[in-house]
Amino acid sequence: MEFSRLFVIIVSSIFINNFVIVRFLGLCPYIGVSKKLDSALGMGMAVIFVMTMASTITWLIYNFLLNPATSIFGFDLTFLRTITFILSIAVLVQFVEMVIKKTVPTLYKALGIYLPLITTNCAVLGVSILNINENYNFLESIVNGISAGIGFTLVLLLMAGIRQRLEFANVPKSLKGMPIAFIVAGCMALAFLGFSGLKI
Amino acid sequence: MILTTIIVLGCLGIIFGIGLAIASKKFHVEIDPKIKQIEEVLPGANCGACGFPGCSGYAEAIVRSGAEITLCAPGGDKVAKTIAKIMGIKVSTKERKIAVIQCQSGGMDNTFLKFENKGIETCQAAVILSEGQNLCEYGCLGYNDCVRACPFDAITVDDNNMRTIDENKCTGCGNCVEACPKNLIQLIPISKKVNVLCKSQDKGKEAKTKCGNKTACIGCGICAKKCPVNAISIENNLAIIDYDKCVVCGICAEVCPTHAIVDKIKIHPQPRIIEEKCIGCTICAKKCPVDAIEGELKKPHKINEEKCIKCGICVDVCPKDAIVT
Repeated sequence: MEFSRLFVIIVSSIFINNFVIVRFLGLCPYIGVSKKLDSALGMGMAVIFVMTMASTITWLIYNFLLNPATSIFGFDLTFLRTITFILSIAVLVQFVEMVIKKTVPTLYKALGIYLPLITTNCAVLGVSILNINENYNFLESIVNGISAGIGFTLVLLLMAGIRQRLEFANVPKSLKGMPIAFIVAGCMALAFLGFSGLKI
Repeated sequence: MILTTIIVLGCLGIIFGIGLAIASKKFHVEIDPKIKQIEEVLPGANCGACGFPGCSGYAEAIVRSGAEITLCAPGGDKVAKTIAKIMGIKVSTKERKIAVIQCQSGGMDNTFLKFENKGIETCQAAVILSEGQNLCEYGCLGYNDCVRACPFDAITVDDNNMRTIDENKCTGCGNCVEACPKNLIQLIPISKKVNVLCKSQDKGKEAKTKCGNKTACIGCGICAKKCPVNAISIENNLAIIDYDKCVVCGICAEVCPTHAIVDKIKIHPQPRIIEEKCIGCTICAKKCPVDAIEGELKKPHKINEEKCIKCGICVDVCPKDAIVT
């Protein structure tokens, strides 16, 4: 029972409710970092990492500090949700960056600039808030975080692959560059809409 | 209610702040302060002329793996000296190199065409189609790939679609050298102002008829014979100047029947020795490439004007500034 619920969450966040294509979160890196395949991969890995960490930490904060039913204070502080989440995500990313820089310099180099960039990514905040809205428990939140990151990476990689080929395509002059990228993004969103018919 | 809000959020902020402060101390990574210093000195153009990924990459390579400190082309001597100071080593000054386009054709009115090219207007694209539309297969195509490749706006195009390189702006980064599909651009030390501006390896008559500017090197070899320091050799019907030997006297440019060799100095003044100042150190006589300076040790020297090629080396080497032009 438990596992099947997790499976539903994974499939749902990767395909059916994909963060970029269906929920329209994190559109900035989707267009900005999808020019090259390897930088898209770097960004995707960083997002998976941060989303997982953020889901974990924000679930803990919400349930032990803000939610009146389970909080250690007993006050209703749920209206502080957004600001505490932003704060804790920013701190988390900073902290993780320092730890990685010291302990795994190669990983730090691979993630490079992308790690600090996603501190303020709305997709990260989005996954944390959705975890609360959907009343996920601790494990489910973490799984949702990972699969949301995977979904983001998948779409980013697909987009980067298409855009790399587009460079060589004979595109009309007025559509060259960004316009054709937007059209491709629209087509991809249409394609992903097909998953919404999936019944699990 | 407000109080609890402030307390909870404040506490959270303080805990996070302290946590980060501790973490920054605990996970502090030692970075060599020299890397940062050098990075500040470098121009920050990230042109890649040094062969490292960007200025920061070069700074790291200097400190970590002991890369040469004179590789920064845009920064030149000034930057090299400052880096030397930071690293505590001596710099061997390298002469600045600038790009020279070795073709005088390629404009609107000085190019003979094989066919009219209506394809994509870049040299890279034009060269694919039977070596381009210029009748001379070594000649400039005139689509200005070099101009677009220049990160410093040093190459300008005039009304006749001819390119001029601004010596003051050119940093010798070599981007245009790579951009030219005809390999017409070469980096040449800035003091070597006499250049063969032709790359044609065609035989004499053919080269002359194909060149729209009538300034093809026909490989006649007169320059090689007249060169006082034997710096010119003829390879594949083309005169090539060895810039290590060249003394920039400009004789080759004078004798070249087709004006393929161009002397940018134009007028070479006759050097004279001021006898009152000359101490007879013989340095000028030793350095003169054609032995045109005579005189005994510790007595004023004389320049034999018949032998003198007016290269000006003696003016530069005289320690007493006794030779003027």
